[in-house]
Amino acid sequence: MTTKLMGQKVQRTEDQRFLRGQGRYVDDVHADPSTLHAAVLRSPHAHARIVDIDMSDVLDVEGVHLVWTHEDLGSLSPELAEPLPLLIPHPDLTQGRTQYALAREEVNYVGEAVAFVVAEDRYIAEDALDRIKVTWEVLPAVVGIEASRAAEHLVHEDVPDNVGARSEQNTGDVEAALARAPHRLQLELDIERSACTPLEGRGTVARWDADTNRLQVWTSTQTSTGVRAAIAVKLGLDLGQVDVITPDVGGGFGVKVMHPWPEELLVPAAARLLGRTVKFTEDRREHFISSAHERGQVQHIDVGFDDEGRIVGLDVMFWHDHGAYTPYGLIVPIITSTQLLGPYKPEVYRVVFESIYTNTVIVTPYRGAGRPQGCFAMERTMDKIAAYLGKDRTEVRAANFIQPDEFPFDQGLIFQDGRELEYDSGDYPASLEKLKKLIGWEEFPALREELAAQGRTVGIGLACYVEGTGVGPYEGAHVHIETSGKVKVATGLTTQGQGHATVFAQLVADELGVRFEDVEVVTGDTRRMPYAVGTFASRAAVMSGSAIHLAAKRAKEKALRIASDALEVDEADLEIVEGVVRVKGSPESRLDLGTIAVLSNPLRYAFDEASKAATQFAVGDPGKPPVAEDDEPGLEGKDFYSPQRATFASGMHAAIVETDPDTAEVTILKYAVVHDCGHLINPMIVEGQIHGGVAQGIGGALYERMAYDPSGQLLNASFMDFLMPYVTEIPDGIDIDHLETPSPLNPLGIKGAGEAGVIPVSAVVAAAIEDAEGFPITAMPISPSDLHTLRQEHTS
Amino acid sequence: MSEELHRIRLSVNGVTREAEVPARRLLSDALRHDLGLTGTHVGCEHGVCGACTVLVDGRPVRACLMFAVSAVDTEITTVEGLTREDGSLGPVQQAFAECHGLQCGFCTPGFLTTVTACLRENPDPSHEEAREMVAGNLCRCTGYQNIVKAVERAAEIARAEETPSEARPEEVSR
Repeated sequence: MTTKLMGQKVQRTEDQRFLRGQGRYVDDVHADPSTLHAAVLRSPHAHARIVDIDMSDVLDVEGVHLVWTHEDLGSLSPELAEPLPLLIPHPDLTQGRTQYALAREEVNYVGEAVAFVVAEDRYIAEDALDRIKVTWEVLPAVVGIEASRAAEHLVHEDVPDNVGARSEQNTGDVEAALARAPHRLQLELDIERSACTPLEGRGTVARWDADTNRLQVWTSTQTSTGVRAAIAVKLGLDLGQVDVITPDVGGGFGVKVMHPWPEELLVPAAARLLGRTVKFTEDRREHFISSAHERGQVQHIDVGFDDEGRIVGLDVMFWHDHGAYTPYGLIVPIITSTQLLGPYKPEVYRVVFESIYTNTVIVTPYRGAGRPQGCFAMERTMDKIAAYLGKDRTEVRAANFIQPDEFPFDQGLIFQDGRELEYDSGDYPASLEKLKKLIGWEEFPALREELAAQGRTVGIGLACYVEGTGVGPYEGAHVHIETSGKVKVATGLTTQGQGHATVFAQLVADELGVRFEDVEVVTGDTRRMPYAVGTFASRAAVMSGSAIHLAAKRAKEKALRIASDALEVDEADLEIVEGVVRVKGSPESRLDLGTIAVLSNPLRYAFDEASKAATQFAVGDPGKPPVAEDDEPGLEGKDFYSPQRATFASGMHAAIVETDPDTAEVTILKYAVVHDCGHLINPMIVEGQIHGGVAQGIGGALYERMAYDPSGQLLNASFMDFLMPYVTEIPDGIDIDHLETPSPLNPLGIKGAGEAGVIPVSAVVAAAIEDAEGFPITAMPISPSDLHTLRQEHTS
Repeated sequence: MSEELHRIRLSVNGVTREAEVPARRLLSDALRHDLGLTGTHVGCEHGVCGACTVLVDGRPVRACLMFAVSAVDTEITTVEGLTREDGSLGPVQQAFAECHGLQCGFCTPGFLTTVTACLRENPDPSHEEAREMVAGNLCRCTGYQNIVKAVERAAEIARAEETPSEARPEEVSR
């Protein structure tokens, strides 16, 4: 029998082209001199009214083909002149606002698109931008959560107090719970902005085919079907006229699930008007000031607990800085407010948040999507309870865990998908035991003493999280066995480095009994699978993985049915091994899948030796229709997976850090991860995802922030100044252990793994620094100068 | 207003190519858009991320910080030139595949060229040296763990090939 590939460290098929320089990223599409290039004039002010735009000098620049401002959009398509979509409406988002594809009258952040130029190349397009003269009336900028809450100035004139939404959920009377709790503590926490910062920014290429009256768009996105629908609506085209192809994507981490970006509409509109291929490739500064950020929150926590540290009442209020507009609705703060609970079960929980406007770049999901902030709130609370009671931090956590026999566990809240927050499975006590072993929790006091003797200061910390993964509504898959025996698989969600071409092929090879090398997977191409949602919320393996498994099963059923007829044996007596259907026990009686594919498609015309076998004088019962009434030609399987609710992965991290007594530099000496994402499809890839997540978490904990000045200028909009970690900032070795608690919600028992690595890192690092230094850490990230300042405050 | 164009010859991966470019055209853009060698990626255009690293006369250079017109009379190697003549992966490429040293693949060409040059200079790096070799390149996906493993593995593969019985003359002459 063929070895099962599920659970194997299979090397990635996509690497063969990436390593040869043959990847096809969006800027590689139509990379030839005939392609026109777009550039965007962006607001230099955080808040200003546009008095006048003078473009008289622009068209003099040789090589300029087109220049647009908002005034030009209505004549292209009335919808294009309207505000961009509010993608995820929510009843609590009473003051939702979105920007225009090109600013009309007012701008609300530095970087907002104002004018659009198409020219022979990007150099000339940027020359043209320099010649556009805008007269501005500069307005006061609202920057930061404090200024927004003070509401001395408003971001949008018609949004009172800068509050876009106020939302509350509770599981009971929290005031009463707090009143009866034997002990009570308060925390004030602060988390800075960061951003996804994929190495490849955004980009879009479009070509209008006048011969077929169709638009073809390549865009660096996490949702090709979303972009397709938006383009059709905004450009006034039928959906069937628009194809969106996701090329190789150079990292996403959330920012590319936001859509449509202004350029995703303007580039196709220009391509259609000019009849030429048009390309927009975002540069690094543009990515900082015109793509999305995340993370910025201020949190207030009031917690009541008993002598064991069990939480009786947890009352959380937080303010979420969503930037200048709310195209992605309330998803990030809803996730913070619900996933904050992690593996714990407070008796009563209430959370209130305000999602507030500032004159800064929009906020949409970044890997973890609100969970790192929720985890920070909960885990800092656990540590404070432990310190107050003088208990070990692991004991307080264990006292609050949901127990393995309590699943499914309903937290009594509504999650980001509008469904109950009900955990499907998990084993938190077992995870904690593994983590303590992996990091050396019990041995740490001895290590601390040993290092202290050398004049070194170290601390240890841990944090736990639960992550709702694989949210709906659905994904689908199409599996086509060609007459060559090769298997072509399509699923609609997209790929940004997760190795989908490999893991999905593993699933198909296992289910279908074909060689891994014979399976080719395509993702994110609306021509191949027009029904899809997208890649976010660690959902690809769960959603498309399950759909692909189901579709392969259907293809297999059909293959066995045809083979059973042809070989005149019972289906139950057949097996498929390495692409050949054979009779169990008598392997000489066999048909390969390619031949079955030929037989599945009755032909009038033969075009090669194989197809002769399927022509009308060769096959079929003359007494029956060539294709049965309930059947269809071809050896294919198609299916969709749509679960009732998300599946909940979990994990726990711990770290030992050293703080330098003089420079206040923080060094991570050891980092340990215990991770439970159910059954693993490819452990090598899961571990790679964890490594990457932890590294991004370390960036967020120690280095990365968006340094806005009070006027709303982003002062560190480059890789020189925004401190993304190099290898030198990441620990040399991350210890990983897995627990596999299968999900009962999907056929493979899997849970998502993509975001997990990043979620608890800030909480872990804060806890370890606090343990080393002996004073509370309440704000992240923490730079050496921040730590130095804290030291001074706590010694004086 | 029309830009003056310069007809230049660039020697890339052992092949001489011609292009007509303005003086301000970056080497990265000339390689990608004029010569169609899209394996070289542009991640920041200010010389920090290292994605666009190519070898100029064997030394790693950020192609976004060099004008195409300055690259005449040099030998340029891009990621496309790291593949062996029979189409199989070179030692550094092979090591990255074996060690899962890449995810989205966008920064990868810069790592491959950099590591290739560094291993020529120091074929037997210590663990610390292996980390240093990649300390000037940014990757947002991998957390670098497997990239460092890949550097060490690449050294191992290359050293094994250096033994006389397995020497590859066509590689040596490049």
